[in-house]
Parts: sequence; structure tokens; C-alpha cells
Amino acid sequence: MALLQISEPGQSTAPHEHRLAVGIDLGTTNSLVATVRHGVAVTLPDERGRVLLPSVVRYRRDGGCEVGYAAQASQAVDPKNTIVSVKRFMGRGLRDIDHIENAPYDFVDAPGMVQLRTVAGAKSPVEVSAEILKTLRARAEASLGGELSGAVVTVPAYFDDAQRQATKDAGTLAGLNVLRLLNEPTAAAIAYGLDNAAEGVYAVFDLGGGTFDISILRLSRGVFEVLATNGDAALGGDDFDHRVFCWVLEQAGLSLLEPRDARLLYSKAREAKETLTAHGEAPLTARLSTGEFVDLTLKSETFCSISHTLVQKTLGPTRKALRDAGLTIADVNGVVMVGGATRMPEIQRVVADFFRCDPLNNLDPDKVVAVGAAMQANVLAGNKPQGEDWLLLDVIPLSLGIETMGGLVERIIPRNSTIPVARAQAFTTFKDGQSAMSVHVVQGERELVADCRSLAKFELHGIPPMVAGAARIRVTFQVDADGLLAVSAREATTGVEASVTVKPSYGLEDRDIERMLRDSVEHAKDDILVRALQEAMVDARRLLAAVEAALAADGALLADAERVEIERGMAALRAAMDAGDHRAIKRASEALNRTTEPFAGRRMDVSVKRALSGQKIANFDS
Amino acid sequence: MQSHFELFGLEAGFALDRVALDRAYREIQGRIHPDRFAQAGDAERRASMQWTTRVNEAYRVLQNPLERARHLLELNGVDVALETNTAMPTEFLERQMLLRESLEAASGARDAVALDALRADLVAERARVEARLAARIDEDKDFAAAAELVRELKFLERLDAEIESAYDAIEA
Repeated sequence: MALLQISEPGQSTAPHEHRLAVGIDLGTTNSLVATVRHGVAVTLPDERGRVLLPSVVRYRRDGGCEVGYAAQASQAVDPKNTIVSVKRFMGRGLRDIDHIENAPYDFVDAPGMVQLRTVAGAKSPVEVSAEILKTLRARAEASLGGELSGAVVTVPAYFDDAQRQATKDAGTLAGLNVLRLLNEPTAAAIAYGLDNAAEGVYAVFDLGGGTFDISILRLSRGVFEVLATNGDAALGGDDFDHRVFCWVLEQAGLSLLEPRDARLLYSKAREAKETLTAHGEAPLTARLSTGEFVDLTLKSETFCSISHTLVQKTLGPTRKALRDAGLTIADVNGVVMVGGATRMPEIQRVVADFFRCDPLNNLDPDKVVAVGAAMQANVLAGNKPQGEDWLLLDVIPLSLGIETMGGLVERIIPRNSTIPVARAQAFTTFKDGQSAMSVHVVQGERELVADCRSLAKFELHGIPPMVAGAARIRVTFQVDADGLLAVSAREATTGVEASVTVKPSYGLEDRDIERMLRDSVEHAKDDILVRALQEAMVDARRLLAAVEAALAADGALLADAERVEIERGMAALRAAMDAGDHRAIKRASEALNRTTEPFAGRRMDVSVKRALSGQKIANFDS
Repeated sequence: MQSHFELFGLEAGFALDRVALDRAYREIQGRIHPDRFAQAGDAERRASMQWTTRVNEAYRVLQNPLERARHLLELNGVDVALETNTAMPTEFLERQMLLRESLEAASGARDAVALDALRADLVAERARVEARLAARIDEDKDFAAAAELVRELKFLERLDAEIESAYDAIEA
């Protein structure tokens, strides 16, 4: 018997054009862009056929910059202006960064996030990352022959709110419509799971250039459910290079080095490490600017002993993730290896020993994240036919809470909560007549505020005079599908309200982004108004298409008067589009959104009922 | 407002049809998750986020025996009084003392194997309390007695958190 066809809410039943959407792996060492073409996910190469883009940006005196291989080649000659591994600085203050003394940059301790002084001026890590994203965007647009409708950008699962916000800001600054921030191990699980029709519990062990993630997922009939994630946002291949670098200094009896010599030895250290993947020993030679000659041989055993503690550092988070998932090693069906650093034989051996099974290496560990992100971008862009899409249920990696008396943390949302998630907690005043309350939002697992990351501080004013303990202040945390937090506080008896989207103390303010957009060379040439109009038109068209589809699918849920009002709103928006004023278009879009709010709520309600009544389009049981 | 059970089309009760819950959760998420509305207007995206948030919360509560029992008692107008009522049966407290002593010994000796054994004991203890809770709620409808058992479960949950910290301390 043919099943009744019901269109997915939010999606049109009419066939539409294929939207150009990409997945971007913004890595510490290398970045990639991938897309789904004719149903197959492919990584996109540059004009010389190279898929990887080294995540290196070199700033020039004229304000311009080079990105990728060209910049990488000038690392040793121009270390101060050539930024490598910028991902380590995203959303980070000066005191958060390990081995900062070895980085050849002039850091500026800007509030919240460091900046780097270059010949082209002080640059935020967000701006540097945006240059990498812009390069990949240009590559994708040239290769796909059109403007991108959206991108999924990946982040380490263990990135905190500040690091995620910084990444999203970089996407915006690069002119991308960021459809979603996707956790890297989850992206890898999508790519692996769909490729192998895998079912069961899988661990994704992701050791990249600068970050380590371990995620435990359950794959079942088209649903990717993250059960737990853990990691170390400052552990990666770079740290192994650093150990080799320190070993070289010790062996060769070197101390104070010129930045260019330090850079050179770092490159040599990395080469030696990579050689050891396939060989028992690696030569390590370099001529320094002082005329000194370094001539060493790094043996595999030596490398294992100097990097032993780093390898062991991956196991603590792995045990924790398993415990949080409520599972043991015996429950894990397979371990997917992701990230270039998992090529190290010692990592392979330790993971195999720990999980008592051979790790899965059948996907290219450099590409798998971008490929998974492209698959997700394709779904989010609406390019998948009904019933062929899958569902992703991800979690937040770190607990969120607020500061209470005595510098203690009251946890509001625990780590590994499935997102989106919201939780509210009531607090009260501690002094008679207290009229304001300061809300300090923190992220982390420790009990003391001082040991957690501070995300934002804001104040609720206008609490009416009451005796201590009488006020009822409800603080609500909402984490969206990107893992980004918004916090609001409300005094219950009077309705006094204060809220904040957690950006100010660690991310960039919206006006900073606007300023950077205006400042950037690309947009100085553009007329900023033309750009604003284009964006408003794209959003308006999308909104009209969505409302039309909703009316066609569920128009019966509306009273005649409501329908008339919505149609009036649509007509007003069309008129604004014809007039071509971006502000008027935005206003009309917002008005239409408000008008359709009750309708949207009713449609969700009906969707839930339909889901339970078993009239399904995506047949998960088959 | 709809109960968490109603949201998933389930009968309210402590005994849980896990298969039916998981199926309903996935069916609903498949239709309302924000990933389905990436191309929709703001109103629908907001509605999708709010509904998904609610469904996630209901799913979390039903999966967790302590939270599920609390929700059931609330539906029946009984306040568990976790913060204010700390009276416990003597026999339960004595067992707790023993468990805590083993925890201190294990963490003092940095003994992960002993922690594993302790956690196994705790799992068994929880299962016993949960079985009694099911009988009090589903069969006897004795919600006052059930409230006491919920407080016992909370006690065990705290002990579990302490075992977790002990693991962290050993691995650090």
C-alpha cells in the first residue's frame, strides 16, 4: 500500500533549484572545502589540484595578504607577519595560550581575545581565520560556478562558547552564510556512518593539529546521536612538534634563537615526526642563521619516550566520555580515526590497546571532516529529497553555570546535554533593598569560578526594594543548535528583564564585525548598500518561499482572518522588494515573521501529533 | 500543560517502555529539529528551536529514573521536597555510611578497580530502590512513600557524582 505523502514542514513540495552549499573544515594546520555534487561528497581542489589549504596567512605592508602554500613558504623568512595555527588563539586571552613564549608573534593583549601585531596592523584571530575562509569560499565559488547559498563550518567538539562564537564571526566576516557550526567528530561520524551504513556505538578519536576530541555516538537507522564528548582544546600534532623542537634544542645545545631559526627548526621537527610514520628513524638537519649546523637523527623510540605523556593525555578524556555515555569499552563497535595526527603509529597502537580493537582508518583522516560537513550542508540547504535525509542529535561539551556567593559555580546546564537545550534556575537577593544583581556566566566543570572560563557578565537593574531573599530572579540559559548560548534574567514579581547573547567578553561585538567588514579591502570596493540590499533580498525570497510552502501544506490550520493577515504581510514584503530599500525589506520581513509566529507554533504542534500517529514520510523502520 | 508522557504519547507510569519512548522521540525530532528549518523564516526557526528544546527536556526527564519519578509525583500533586526534607530511614543511612567509607578508602588508595567495584554496588543499590519505587508508584499509588524513595535516589546520585570526582582525581 502506498503511504500518504506529507511534505516536511519548512520544505516546499515543489522541486527547486540545487543550492550551492559547502562544508568547511577550518583546521589548525590545514583547511579544506567540500561539497555534494551529483549525490557524492567531494573535496574541492585549488587551480593546481591541491585539496589542502595550509592554514597560514602572511600579511604584507600594503595591507593585503597571502593565504596557504605561498604564505607557508615565507614562514621562515617573515615569521612575525606569517600567522600559523591561528585556531589556537580563537576566543583566547593571552594567559590561556600554551607555549606562547615560543610563538614568534607580537601579541597584543586585547580584552577577551588576543590580537597579533603585523605590518598590516593588529589582527584579531577572527580576521586571520576569515582570510582562510575567504580563500576557500573563492575556491568553491570558482569551482561551482556561482555564489554560495550557505556553509557548514566545523569546530572541535570541545570548543567552548567563546571559541565557537569566534569561529562563527570569522564565517560572517568572510561573507559566508553559516548554516551551522558542526562538531568535527560528529562530521566525521556522518561521513563514516553514511559511507559504511554503520549501526551501533562508535567512538570518534580526533587528534588534529591543535585540538583533541573524543566523541561517543550511537548510529541507528539514520539518526546520529552523540552520547558524550570530551577532549582537550589545546592538545594536537603541534604539541608533538614542540616536544621534538625542545629535544633538538637540548641535543644541539641551543638556547636563544632568532624567530626565523625557531620557525625553521619547528618545520624540521614536524618533517621528522612525519617521516617516523613510515620509518624507524628520521634525519633532522638545519643550517641556522648564526652559521651553526644542526645534524641529528630522531629514532622512533626516542620520539615515543619524549611524547609519551602527550599520548597518555588522550586517554583521560576518552575514559570520561565513555563513563558519561554510561558505556564500557565492550559496548563500542568501532573506533573511527580522524585528524592527521592519528597517523602516528604510537597513537594507533595506544588506541587499539585501549579499545581492544583495530581502529578504523578507511577514510582519509584529513578529508573526512570536510566531507561530513558537506553532507550536512547539503541537507541544511534543502537539497536532499524527502526521506533520504538523516537526523543529527549533538550535545554541548562543557557545563554552563553562573557564579553564586563565595565564588562558587551553580551549574545550570550539565555537559553532554542534547542541544538545543534550555534550563532556568531561580535566584534571590541577599541584602535587604538590593536593587540590582550581577549575573556572571561561566563554562567548565570545576566548582570554583576562578577555575572556569568566564563567558559574560551582565546586570539586572530595577529590582523593587524587598527584604533579602524575597525577590525571585529567574535566570534562563538557552543553547541553540550551533552550541551557542543566550542568557536572560527576569525578576518574577515585577517582570524586570535583562538579557545577553553571550558575546561581549570573549567574542566580538556585532559592531566590530561591521567595522571589519567595512574595512576589508574586498568590501571597500563594493558598495556596502548594494551588498545589504542583496542580502535582504535573498533573506526575503527565502522567507516568502517558506511561508508559501507552509500555507500550501498547512493552510487549513488558519482562520480566514489570520490567512488574510499573512497574505497582507507577504504583499507588503513584495512591495518593499520592488521598491528596493534594504531597511524597508528588513522591516517587512520582520513584520511577516511576527505575523506568522502563531502559525509556526501550531505547525510544530501538528508535526508532533503526526509523528506520533505514525504517518511518516521518512520510514526509519525500513 | 501537557505532561512529558503525553508529549510522547505514552501512559504515565514509572515502568517505562523505552523502545516506544525512543521511537516517539526520533519521530518527533525528525519533523521539528532545527536542521529541518535551516531555510525557513525566523518565526518557524524560533518555533522549531523552542519545540525541540522542550522535547529534549521531556526526553531527558523520562530517561532518568529520579527525574521521571519526580515528574510523576508532581503530576499527582506531591512535592518531593528534596531540599527541605532530609529525614532518611536509619537502615538506609547505615548502608550509605558503608558505601562512603569504601569510597574514601578507594580514593585514598587511588584504586580505580575498587572504584569500579563500588560503582557496581551503587548500580545494584539503585536498581533495588528503583524496583521499590515502581511498586509504590505504579501498583500501590502510595506517592508519599514514593517521595521518600526519590530522596534516597537523590542520595545515591550524589554518591555517584563523588565517585566520578574520585575517578577524575585518580586520572589527573
